[in-house]
Amino acid sequence: MTTAEAFSCQELTELVTEYLEDALPPGERARFEQHLAECGNCEIYLEQIRATIALTGSLSPDELSPEAEEALLHAFRGWKSS
Amino acid sequence: MGIRGSLARFASRYSRSVQEVSSPDETRLLEALRAGDEGAFRDLVQTYNASLLRVARIYVPTRALAEEVVSETWLAVLEGLDRFEGRSSLKTWIFRILANRAKTRAVRERRTLPFSAFQPERIQEPALDPDRFRDPDDPRWPGHWAVPPTAWPEDRLLAAETRERLAEAIEALPGTQRAVISLRDLEGWSAEEVCNALELSETNQRVLLHRARSRVRKALEEYLK
Ligand SMILES: [Zn+2]
Repeated sequence: MTTAEAFSCQELTELVTEYLEDALPPGERARFEQHLAECGNCEIYLEQIRATIALTGSLSPDELSPEAEEALLHAFRGWKSS
Repeated sequence: MGIRGSLARFASRYSRSVQEVSSPDETRLLEALRAGDEGAFRDLVQTYNASLLRVARIYVPTRALAEEVVSETWLAVLEGLDRFEGRSSLKTWIFRILANRAKTRAVRERRTLPFSAFQPERIQEPALDPDRFRDPDDPRWPGHWAVPPTAWPEDRLLAAETRERLAEAIEALPGTQRAVISLRDLEGWSAEEVCNALELSETNQRVLLHRARSRVRKALEEYLK
């Protein structure tokens, strides 16, 4: 592989999601991984994107207020008896 | 323990598997609902209410209106339950009802969404400020880092306050990006499910996810530096 074909760091930051979604064509995936193997900065960048994803997954979904839940259950009881 | 290992404990919900067509579990759920099982309805509401609200907020301008649209959706779900034939998953069906209601409401509120909200590839939005990189014409290191990222301190990353900042960063995103990142990374939906619920092409779903994650990472970087 020649340097002319290698991704720049800037290009890599725009391809991370396609990489993580497994949407890169095999050739580009190989170039992506080659860059990553040689570039500690981009490795940190990818690690930060992964950390962002994992941390987002640790947030709890908004809870329904007890009042809103009671209103919906009330509607359900009405529907049931209709 | 590495950052990824520690985060994995928090993110176990991330890999929940999801079904596109009506599953045996769903058949049982439907039977319970039709039999008037209140607990089954409560579970259904708790599972989808937050996601419905996020999707509704793409279409209508205020949170209060979005809450109304979601309530209307639940009532429409109840009304339609006996006629639901299971040709799509219950989830897909519920989110289609929501999208229709939300669009109707948006028209009534005379709100037209910018075309770009669902066609994100039409505008350029780099993941990072171009100043973070050397010039593309740089003779030696074109497009390489000028201001590289620095590793995040794990103790601060895992602190409760960081999660609060993260939640704020997601809240501050444009509506469609907020919905995509929340459904994908917070609720653990598949790309296909998000495409269906938001009527997005595969490419546009990915572009929106990319922009959302890039912005949120940037917000964390600013907070953690
Ligand atoms: Zn690099």
